[in-house]
Amino acid sequence: MTRDESEDRATAAAPGTPTPEVAAAPPTPLLALGSTSLQYRGSAAPVVQDVSLAVEPGRSLALVGESGAGKTTLLRLLLGLTRPTSGTVRFDGDVLDPRDRGQMRRFRRTVQCVFQDPYSSLDPRRRVGGIVAEPLRSLGLDTRRTAAPKVAEALERVGLPADAAERYPHEFSGGQRQRIAIARATVCHPKVLLADEPVSALDVTTRVKVVDLLAELKHEQGLTLVMVSHDLSVVASLCERTAVLERGRVVEQGDTAQVLGDPAHPYTRRLIDSVPRLPA
Amino acid sequence: MTLLDIRDLTIRTADGRVLVDRLSLTVSPGERLGLIGESGSGKSLTTLAVLGLLPEGMTATGSVELAGTQIVEASEKQLNGVRGRDAAIVFQEPLTALDPLMRVGRQLAEPLRRRRGLRGTELKRAVTQALEQVRLPEPGRIARAFPHQISGGQRQRAALALALACEPKLLIADEPTTALDVSVQAEMLDLVDTLVREREMAVLFVSHDLAVVARITDRAVVMKDGRAVERGDVREIVRHPRQEYTKALVGSARRLESALDVRSAR
Amino acid sequence: MTGVQKTGQAPEETGRTPGTSSATPAKSVESAKQGARRSYTLIAGCVLAGLIVLLAAVSFVWLPYAPDDTSGTRLAAPGAGHLLGTDKLGRDLFTQLMTGSRIAVEAGLGSVLTAALIGVSLGVLSAFALGWLDDTLAAFLDILIAFPTLLLAMLIVAARSATLGSAVLAIGLAQSAVVARLVRILVKRVLAQDYITAARTSGTSWPRVVAGHVLPNIWPTLVVNLALQFGLAVLAEASLSYLGLGAPPPNASWGRMLQEAQATFTTAPAGALAPGVLLVLLVIGVNLIADGLRDTLDPTARRRRA
Repeated sequence: MTRDESEDRATAAAPGTPTPEVAAAPPTPLLALGSTSLQYRGSAAPVVQDVSLAVEPGRSLALVGESGAGKTTLLRLLLGLTRPTSGTVRFDGDVLDPRDRGQMRRFRRTVQCVFQDPYSSLDPRRRVGGIVAEPLRSLGLDTRRTAAPKVAEALERVGLPADAAERYPHEFSGGQRQRIAIARATVCHPKVLLADEPVSALDVTTRVKVVDLLAELKHEQGLTLVMVSHDLSVVASLCERTAVLERGRVVEQGDTAQVLGDPAHPYTRRLIDSVPRLPA
Repeated sequence: MTLLDIRDLTIRTADGRVLVDRLSLTVSPGERLGLIGESGSGKSLTTLAVLGLLPEGMTATGSVELAGTQIVEASEKQLNGVRGRDAAIVFQEPLTALDPLMRVGRQLAEPLRRRRGLRGTELKRAVTQALEQVRLPEPGRIARAFPHQISGGQRQRAALALALACEPKLLIADEPTTALDVSVQAEMLDLVDTLVREREMAVLFVSHDLAVVARITDRAVVMKDGRAVERGDVREIVRHPRQEYTKALVGSARRLESALDVRSAR
Repeated sequence: MTGVQKTGQAPEETGRTPGTSSATPAKSVESAKQGARRSYTLIAGCVLAGLIVLLAAVSFVWLPYAPDDTSGTRLAAPGAGHLLGTDKLGRDLFTQLMTGSRIAVEAGLGSVLTAALIGVSLGVLSAFALGWLDDTLAAFLDILIAFPTLLLAMLIVAARSATLGSAVLAIGLAQSAVVARLVRILVKRVLAQDYITAARTSGTSWPRVVAGHVLPNIWPTLVVNLALQFGLAVLAEASLSYLGLGAPPPNASWGRMLQEAQATFTTAPAGALAPGVLLVLLVIGVNLIADGLRDTLDPTARRRRA
């Protein structure tokens, strides 16, 4: 962070924060999208249209919407896997540049992710130890030997037995596999965890346990979550902020309590009213 | 008189593993029964057994009586007489329920032609009616479309229309809304509720989601590892679960839901 | 089937709610059993193919007669001096069979290695290729697959000479297109998996993704296919030798033995039957190995703990 720190901060934080008080300038967002759009070549409508979001440290963000809303595409943009057609993706105030190897290394170490399907997200031919160690090895942080204790620690943190490292993914249940994926994503102590529907493939009883685990990691590791989800109760359990997406646009964003408790947009209201509730 | 009477149903794999263990339940005409359970509980297998659709290698023992027909060990011919007329099923994934290479209208026309003997313009009108019944907009367009050309919610409605085409006495719904978006799910549940009421059909509604089951049914059976662990009035089960497993299930659902309430209490 | 929609529906709910109790002990016992049963296929294949490989190996250190020794009686019946008799030039048939098996194994290995080397590289490349490169590679592979192996062999022989190497090159090139197409599909399927994205977001470079995730995951299917290609290569080499496009004399290829024995088949059938039988044994053996590998290489059956 150098000369243009203040300016960068201002431009990056401007969208989505409608309170321009001079006294309490918000902290530099860890990740920010500035008027980002993405349109695939040959398709009529953009998948993501003029989206501005900021992920501030300690303020977990939920991206809520139904299928086709562009949630997963947004996540890919935030992961630096897809480049926007227009607008910017900023990391720590700087525009993310895939050619800047130093920045990408910092980025990969800071931002990790967890996927929806715990079956396709773990390489079936690798032992769990190797799977969890991958970020450490690929980022050049550790050798096989020095990674082992960190892997053991990460597995313990997510509540898996110590001998899990020696086994293969297919020996574990869906919930346990999702724990393995979370161990992999947190082994290098990232600041941001991007999660794509992390519990929607799990049974209800397992779902609660994984939500608890994520909440625990948030508090103990200081993780900031960016979570794509269609499940409002999971969003409410884990995220301080919520952005509602409809057909590639953010129709509403703000504090989760505000958005879910007093929705301003009819689409948000419809989503909330649709959630099936248990009989009182 | 009961419509569906399952007694001591046991389902085994080829190598003798028991997947459903001495399950008994009944559904009277017009009654709605929920089957609640998580993955591996055997709830889906039970529904397949009701129509004699168990995957190859699996065997059922015990008794499944559907509208007077014994399904266990019934011949394929007997089963064909029962399927569609006495009971029809809607699956979780509508894309696999519909033939991807056949237009929606033609798929719908086939059972109408065979069961009701309709031909020509009458048949065409019946197809349109069937699509209108499930509140599909532009039934003409949908009838001409292939399954992949319509949305997931529309596909599930078309699948429902297909299941209802022969006016079955029992509708079996196996996680019919799990693959759908929440707002589409809500519409679909409303639709099932209304249609079933209008036709005085019985429903066997299978889901892992307590709230969804409670939305549709009156009574429920909770299954775990192939066994019925608790049964009774749905509201009663949700309010005062008796068994450990049911308590855990209800507790988990309540925990998630309460997060929603705390947040939106403001 | 009317109101009932019967399809390939899984017995338990799939997709949205996969299990918490999936790996049950009974299931693993079953697959372990199946793995054991299947490995008999592998053993049988290894025995059959091993027999030929053994013949080939021994031929390097010991032969009953020199391959070009024409001192025997012409078309002698099987007997004490000549185990399987002699051919129309008085050469020992068993000696020729042994050198022939050497050529068969060399041809199989050489072709498969060529096909693997070119096919895997091209396949991986085309799986990653986008736009015009993708189209070009696809067109190139289509042409190579449609191109008759025989014509390819003739061209190569014309450009070089009729040697075993030419035959192997022709067969290997033809097979590499088949392998490349298979590899392309397999790689694309693996690349669509979430663990590849996870590796990318872990900072793993593309070369390491290919070496560490893609190749290990396509390996089982690839090995089985290469084993099948081995059998096909042996047959192809025999055909080319039969037509005089294979290894030149005095190396006795099974294909040329068949061709030479053709005229005297009614009077001295051993000359044609012997190489024919060995050819069949080797191909069956290799196919059995392919079958056995298919199951022993399955990661979910292997090293499973109950």
